[in-house]
Amino acid sequence: MIAVFYSAAALTLVTTALAITRANPVHALMFFVISLLGMGVIFFDLGAPFAAALEVIVYAGAIMVLFLFVIMMLSLDKAAERRERSWMAKPIWVAPIALVGMLGLELVRVMLHGAAAGAAHEVSPQVVGIRLFTSDMAAVELASMLLLAGLVGAFHLGRKDL
Amino acid sequence: MIPWQMPAVLALMLFLLGLLGLLARKNLVFVLMSIEIMLNAAGLLFVTAGMRWGNPDGQIMLIFVFNLAGAELALGLVLILRLRGRMTSLDGDAAVLLRDRP
Repeated sequence: MIAVFYSAAALTLVTTALAITRANPVHALMFFVISLLGMGVIFFDLGAPFAAALEVIVYAGAIMVLFLFVIMMLSLDKAAERRERSWMAKPIWVAPIALVGMLGLELVRVMLHGAAAGAAHEVSPQVVGIRLFTSDMAAVELASMLLLAGLVGAFHLGRKDL
Repeated sequence: MIPWQMPAVLALMLFLLGLLGLLARKNLVFVLMSIEIMLNAAGLLFVTAGMRWGNPDGQIMLIFVFNLAGAELALGLVLILRLRGRMTSLDGDAAVLLRDRP
């Protein structure tokens, strides 16, 4: 269990780091999909099989495919990739790495002085579903309204005559 | 058993990687991808907390995070497509005025 978790965590971290440093968006997206699959393994290891299935089916399967379609519609060529490479010059990364490192140190300090470790529990899909569709019903309705707003917004912005 | 700090630290590192990408990249496609990475890290932290206390709320929040990511990504991608129709590059800095240059 522990070995699976650590190898999946390492895979996720490495592929995410690769994803944000590629010049070609399609390569970056493929690395990101691998990182999402690693995240699915981690969810399964943590005792959340339903979340693992959702991560693979909804996130890696549906949302990333949408992303891929749009990248293909953008018809990026070799010139775009070269321009992208020139935008990624070394000095660009200095200030962001400094800022992110500072935030990371603060968060690590918070975590080190946090509460003691506890035992892991498995949460089955049944429990999630029962809670989701009884006491959290209002949140489900709000989420459906959010999706409808996203659909209407995308439809409006995507009109030909805009 | 995996101590809960380990996935929490992993979520923290993923969030920081996403933030790094958001700050350093100019291309709007990569900016959107970095936002997705940060949302995913938040989802991992929710599931970790759910595991820590054996509570289904963590996974429920993950479902809402996916919901939000889907809605946000659809709008963001449409905006990128519109921007691509108006200018040749996907440089986020080229579209800071929200109108045509005088």
